[in-house]
Amino acid sequence: MAPKLPPHHPVQQSSTVSGAGQAAAHAAPRGLMRWLLTTNHKEIGSLYLIFSLSMFFIGGIFALVVRAELFQPGLQLVNPEFFNQMTTMHGLIMVFAAVMPAFTGLANWMIPLQIGAPDMALPRLNNFSFWLLPVAFTLLLSTLLMPGGGPNFGWTFYAPLSTTYAPPSTTFFILSLHIAGISSILGAINIIATILNMRAPGMRLMDMPLFCWTWLITAFLLIAVMPVLAGVITMMLMDINFGTHFFNAAGGGDPVLFQHLFWFFGHPEVYIMILPAFGIVSAIIPTFARKPLFGYASMVYATAAIAILSFLVWAHHMFVVGLPLAAELFFMYTTMIIAVPTGVKVFNWITTLFRGSITFEPPMLFALAFVVLFTIGGFSGLMLAIAPADFQYHDTYFVVAHFHYVLVPGAVFAIMAGGYYWLPKWTGHYPNVKLAQWHFWLSVIGVNLTFFPMHFAGLAGMPRRIPDYALQFADFNLVSSLGAFMFGASQLVFVAVVILCVRGGERAPAKAWEGATDLEWTVPSPAPLHTFETPPTFRPQAH
Amino acid sequence: MRMSFVWMASGLVGSAAAPAALASGWNMPVGVTDLSAEIHSLHMTIFWICVIIGLVVFGVMFYSLFKYRRSRGAKAAHFHENTTVEVIWTAVPLLILIGMAVPATATLKKMYDTSDAELDVMIIGQQWRWRYEYLGEDVAFNSSMSTPRAQIRGEEPRGEHYLLEVDNPLVLPINRKVRFLMTSDDVIHSWWVPDFAVKQDTIPGFINENWVRINEPGIYRGQCAELCGMDHGFMPIVVHAMEEEEFDAWLVERREEAEQEAMGADREWALEELMERGEMVYASICASCHQPEGQGAAPAFPALAGNQRLLDDLAWHLDVIVNGVSGTAMPAFRSTLNPVELAAVTTWTRNAWGNDTGDAVQPSAVVEKLAQ
Amino acid sequence: MTDARRPPPNPGVRRTVIRSVAALVGMFAFAFALVPLYDVFCRVTGINGKVDTTAQAIVHEGVDDSRYVTVQFITRNGAGLPWNLEVETRQLRVHPGQTTEVGFAFQNASGEGTWGRAVPSVSPSNASRHLRKVSCFCFEEQHLEAGERLELPLVFQLARDLPPEVNTVTLVYTLYPVERDPVERDGKAQQGRVAGGVASNEGGEA
Repeated sequence: MAPKLPPHHPVQQSSTVSGAGQAAAHAAPRGLMRWLLTTNHKEIGSLYLIFSLSMFFIGGIFALVVRAELFQPGLQLVNPEFFNQMTTMHGLIMVFAAVMPAFTGLANWMIPLQIGAPDMALPRLNNFSFWLLPVAFTLLLSTLLMPGGGPNFGWTFYAPLSTTYAPPSTTFFILSLHIAGISSILGAINIIATILNMRAPGMRLMDMPLFCWTWLITAFLLIAVMPVLAGVITMMLMDINFGTHFFNAAGGGDPVLFQHLFWFFGHPEVYIMILPAFGIVSAIIPTFARKPLFGYASMVYATAAIAILSFLVWAHHMFVVGLPLAAELFFMYTTMIIAVPTGVKVFNWITTLFRGSITFEPPMLFALAFVVLFTIGGFSGLMLAIAPADFQYHDTYFVVAHFHYVLVPGAVFAIMAGGYYWLPKWTGHYPNVKLAQWHFWLSVIGVNLTFFPMHFAGLAGMPRRIPDYALQFADFNLVSSLGAFMFGASQLVFVAVVILCVRGGERAPAKAWEGATDLEWTVPSPAPLHTFETPPTFRPQAH
Repeated sequence: MRMSFVWMASGLVGSAAAPAALASGWNMPVGVTDLSAEIHSLHMTIFWICVIIGLVVFGVMFYSLFKYRRSRGAKAAHFHENTTVEVIWTAVPLLILIGMAVPATATLKKMYDTSDAELDVMIIGQQWRWRYEYLGEDVAFNSSMSTPRAQIRGEEPRGEHYLLEVDNPLVLPINRKVRFLMTSDDVIHSWWVPDFAVKQDTIPGFINENWVRINEPGIYRGQCAELCGMDHGFMPIVVHAMEEEEFDAWLVERREEAEQEAMGADREWALEELMERGEMVYASICASCHQPEGQGAAPAFPALAGNQRLLDDLAWHLDVIVNGVSGTAMPAFRSTLNPVELAAVTTWTRNAWGNDTGDAVQPSAVVEKLAQ
Repeated sequence: MTDARRPPPNPGVRRTVIRSVAALVGMFAFAFALVPLYDVFCRVTGINGKVDTTAQAIVHEGVDDSRYVTVQFITRNGAGLPWNLEVETRQLRVHPGQTTEVGFAFQNASGEGTWGRAVPSVSPSNASRHLRKVSCFCFEEQHLEAGERLELPLVFQLARDLPPEVNTVTLVYTLYPVERDPVERDGKAQQGRVAGGVASNEGGEA
């Protein structure tokens, strides 16, 4: 399937390509080398998306191992040691190898098209940052086969469980995370350089589509916090291998310091996984409501506000580690304030729907489900912000329910919405509507069956990351496991839709959706390999 | 299909509200302390605020989705940006949040007030059991899960309190303010009893505080809440809350037991006696890592059965048990097991599973080693 | 692929990249700077019950006779150090402003000399910044010969501005082994490391 995406187009098919300099392009390598050496933003974008989708299935299989074990009380399939490796790997793969690369892939494909640039600012760096990813995650997955197994300390890898008490493979885990981190950083630099320098003449920052805006802010977040992650794991590496005591109380270190550093990275990281999703939804809802986004400027400001606040809330992940009262209150207040800009976004989307002319094409279905289900995740987030109550919620399935609501029907649904929205641009064909509807409904039902009961399990007292549970949690877990397998299976439908869409289907015109307005809809569908070699003339429209 | 979308989604919103509020076992327990009840009411308040906001927001959304469908001939309006509306939807949530922050702050302040405690209990997390020390009372014991592994493997029917039962529950008086001092011997654990609304991390090398004043006698159960390695799921907490007089009597009884045990360290113990006691200690303290048959779990937990170094070197063997091994999961048991238990478990591990050294390690020898 | 049609290098891109890389380097350094900053921050605010690890001067601010504070002492053993640590009294009542000395006895219960350290922690955390330790064994690492017993004092003072709601202060000392430089630690400590190594190797082979 890989070499089919995106198709190599004869030059004459593109109306926006200038005639000059065409011949030189055809010295390009073919076959595998074409993909290894490509510096084309569309090809690299496709590589990112294919990689991300594969990793989504690998991480999903790990999740299904977990859910299968939790299907009923007792230990049936795996031992607790392997169970911990599965929960850890599921989290790491989904965060670093599925969601983040998916957004980078979409950025690669769409940002140059949306701002009228011929390619990313740093094409060769772009190639390098993609190819680091398979290296990083092959290494990470290989730790499962090493003596003592892979990482088993949760995706948050709290010291000293991840240092003094960690399996021998932890050094490789650190190395792979370093490589993945470098990849994200390079991707972020590239996106910033592209957006700041390569916009079509006349396009001011405040004229950009929101997807570019949210990604620009995300890229700044990445540059600010990925080095902190690199610092933390370097300290772990030194504690493990060079006898330092950053996190070891025995040597005068402090395990809580690890958590501060980790969450200083970790909370902005959460927004790194959701801000681009806001951008995608903000493109889709106006398109299918046939009405401009209600408050473009307030969306930009809200995104920036969320990004800035994300640096001031990290310790809400640490309400029960024994912070002093003053710190507890400070982080409770800042966390609650995040609800305000997030609310502004939701209100904006809904006001955009109000008095629109709405249709329910597949991207719109996913975007609407995003608004509803992400908001439910936001509500449980608000509950978690109440520090006294968090003493009861912390580290239970209530938290698991919360962050899966914001990440699965949140981030992942937004990525899928983006996929359905831009597939006509990528392939030249509309995705099969019937199959897409099946995918949507099975996913929505599956996701809610999986994660909604987790709220109850958590409130009733089930801690997270346990391989076996007391009998009163059995019903919730049974439903969750059934839902998880349903959700997992329904993603195969998505793969089918994508493959069918690449191979054929109803032809899409340049402007594939009636209500779409951004620049990407001015180039032909499928987008030729080279677009906007002559910058387009951009006429600012009322956002 | 579009209709079903509307119904489906509104059903979803409804399902968020109804069951959580109704059935017990679906919701946070009210608990048995004033603070747990306060936290429960905070939880319910914020929950209903979310439900109401959700109903309004999703109400407008689904109304719009229904009313302004193009299939019903809706024509798009083109309004956007309205400062008044934007100010309102920024200010109103802010006011609601302030309204929520006030009671939350008050409750949090109470939770942090550990002064004037009448009893201090030190809670120590260890992979994978809890240790409780009643400060100034000379009473201390370990508390491990007592659910048999056969139940976990499904070879026996599971009991009512499957995974939530221990050999030695923490015993506390009702109506007295009990201060918990929490720390850990290895990784971070978290001591959580939902009925007390007490959840606090135990951190190696550092000390945390929390407190409880229980209103109702009873048996309350909880679990470790922070991932702490392989058997994180198997370190439950059971608290037995008693009337005050009953508690005082229990304390005296425990103290006498400990004294008797200490006196037992002076006499000569027979191999069988030591083996019998050692098997119990091993099952409760050692088996979770070194496995019931002493086979260990590579690479973190070395095998004891057939371990040549252990068989050859009694002094080293005892030293590892008494002092632990720095940088590994093996803690020092010098102050958490008494000399009789140390001698018994050393004897057991030297003679069980084909380790037939015939050594009977006497408690008196251990006493000597501890003081040397 | 090298593409002849790539637009001419954009000076803006160069500037952006240089700035981004500078920001990256800065943030990486910042992560490491957070380690000492956090220490300072904790000591100033008393987060985590961290206490100053250097001696402080007594402040002659007069004794507050109207108020008693209970001070508890707890000693604990970390893994790998065959020592006993005893305190002469487990609990005493002091007035804020009063300077108090408490004796601690270290004893090496093994047959070899070893290095160790008592890591301090104070609870409640908001008391730690009002605790002045004039002299404490926890400021430095100790060396004890085989069977040696060493008595060391803790001299401390609770500041008069100790928050009124604090009426019990708990000081906990946990003993941990110290790996000193090879000359000093030679015999026993090395054996200790070997023991650790053997323990895990055996597991690996089993």
